[in-house]
Amino acid sequence: MIGLVHFLTVAAIVFAIGLYGVLSKRTIVGILMSIELMLNAVNINLIAFSRFITPEVLTGQIFAIFTITVAAAEVAVGMAMIFRVYYDRNTVHAARLDEMRW
Amino acid sequence: MQEITGLFKIAEILRGILGHFLPDPQLVDICMSLINIGAIFTIISLTAVVLVYTERKVSAFMQRRSGPNRVGPGGTLQSVADMIKLMAKEDIMPAGADKWMWILAPILLFIPAAAVFVVFPFDNKAIFADLNIGIFYFIAMSSQSVLPFLMAGWASNNKYSLVGGMRTVAQMLSYEVPMVLSILGIVMLAGSMRMSTIVAAQQHTWFIVLQPIAFVVYVITATAEINRAPFDLVEGESEIVAGPFTEYTGMRWALFFLAEYANLLAVSVIATTLFLGGWNGPWLPGWVWFFLKVGGMIFLFMWFRWTFPRLRIDQLMSFGWKVLLPLALLNIIVTGIGMYIYEFFS
Amino acid sequence: MNELIYTVAFYIFAAITVAAAFGVVTKSNLVHSALLLALCFIGVSGLYVLLQADFLAAVQILIYNGAIAIVFVLGTMLTRRSSRHGTNDTEVNIPSRVVTLVSGLFVVVTLGVIATTPWHYSSGVIVEDTPSLLAQLILTDYMVVMEAAAVLLLAAMIGAIVLAKGVEE
Repeated sequence: MIGLVHFLTVAAIVFAIGLYGVLSKRTIVGILMSIELMLNAVNINLIAFSRFITPEVLTGQIFAIFTITVAAAEVAVGMAMIFRVYYDRNTVHAARLDEMRW
Repeated sequence: MQEITGLFKIAEILRGILGHFLPDPQLVDICMSLINIGAIFTIISLTAVVLVYTERKVSAFMQRRSGPNRVGPGGTLQSVADMIKLMAKEDIMPAGADKWMWILAPILLFIPAAAVFVVFPFDNKAIFADLNIGIFYFIAMSSQSVLPFLMAGWASNNKYSLVGGMRTVAQMLSYEVPMVLSILGIVMLAGSMRMSTIVAAQQHTWFIVLQPIAFVVYVITATAEINRAPFDLVEGESEIVAGPFTEYTGMRWALFFLAEYANLLAVSVIATTLFLGGWNGPWLPGWVWFFLKVGGMIFLFMWFRWTFPRLRIDQLMSFGWKVLLPLALLNIIVTGIGMYIYEFFS
Repeated sequence: MNELIYTVAFYIFAAITVAAAFGVVTKSNLVHSALLLALCFIGVSGLYVLLQADFLAAVQILIYNGAIAIVFVLGTMLTRRSSRHGTNDTEVNIPSRVVTLVSGLFVVVTLGVIATTPWHYSSGVIVEDTPSLLAQLILTDYMVVMEAAAVLLLAAMIGAIVLAKGVEE
């Protein structure tokens, strides 16, 4: 029988993979994609809690909707920033973007 | 009349026959699901064959030619000849292509095109899965066709393909927004995203009467979503050869073609369901009405193709964002106010 | 019968999600990573369907995979075709063993917490018609939050346009 624990386990593994990506990727685009993975893991948790702990109210799903909204805004701004950085500095490697101003 | 010839009745009869041979009712259910899936795939592949011939005949009619008339009576077997020709073509993979992505792209394009068919109400109760998010499922699935185009464009290792892929993203993502907003007006009126409820709400008045602006916006955006002229910039042959399809030959190319016609059928079905009353109609059985209306919509799309010249890419983008999007938003506001006034007086 | 199908479906979707997520961080080509991310999101939406959040599953596919297309385009624009490999490399300066260890430790700790927590399962009735209930909640109880999200999206849109196009000086 598949229960809450199974979904939480999947979410934990995906979150850890995202964590690994954030810490180890070289390009900003890769880091952004890893952050997306982590946000998705959180969403799985929210919806799993909503389904198994409080199935009669949909608070968890509402929360997930707003997480998705924030993630969309984050991707939009993040992508625009990456585009700008590449335009100005000609690189998207996180290690080479080590100055606060130039 | 409708009670005897409806698709649901036919399914009931079939289920009764199966019930005689199979002991377990669960097995009968599984068999019926398999039959339904088979029927959907038959419809998709048959439409492609029929629509290729229809498109040629319609274009000939528009240009006062006679069109294909050699193979079979009146040229009806022309599509079969085309199919055999495509199967006999050599399969060429471009040098430097990203092998797996290049092979997967046409197959992946076909999956969402086929997956949307499960929520189409062909007749009263004749719907494979009557999801409560029906129309939203269609939107989500049809938006998935962006990535395969981009994959094909990128993996081909060809500058024209890549430009075509980039154009797909710009065009499809831009036109998806007004399309969703135009459908929203219908959802507001019907009060549900379930396909059967939307059709049932049009028993007396078709939504095209109540939502004329939404219909116009939907038809224009749908033409752009399925990459047909005048919005076929993705594969504009005078500019970028054939866009993402440039490097594909034979059956791989035919899969793109199949998906394209499946998409044409899909948007026509959605237009019929949302705006033209679905299977509602007097005298004739529901599915006959349904296919008549779908045929009318397909003819309209073909009419567009052979009447309007192709837009430029900058015209396309500014038309989508500066004309269609405000129009769709305005439609939602007007619909809301109209519903409020209607409820106030009744 | 139904329980068996549910179990099999869960393991298929879970395997797709985890394997694709793993591919996202290990592939050295940005475009491949982006496509695997799309596959991962499809797996996640399958899990949502199993959790009876069908509306959210559709939202997930529609919004996230639209974003993936943009990532894909950026990945192709910001990398040169000639250097097909190494557009999404892993950092070599940081000892990758430490990072792996940290992530692995995180999984172990989290699984331990999940296993030892006494969960209070509710036997309440599962909401069937989620879209209408979600709409009611968003437009009544969570009205202010929705307005805030709308403002956030507008700000993000304007910010993104200004950032990408650049202000005329």
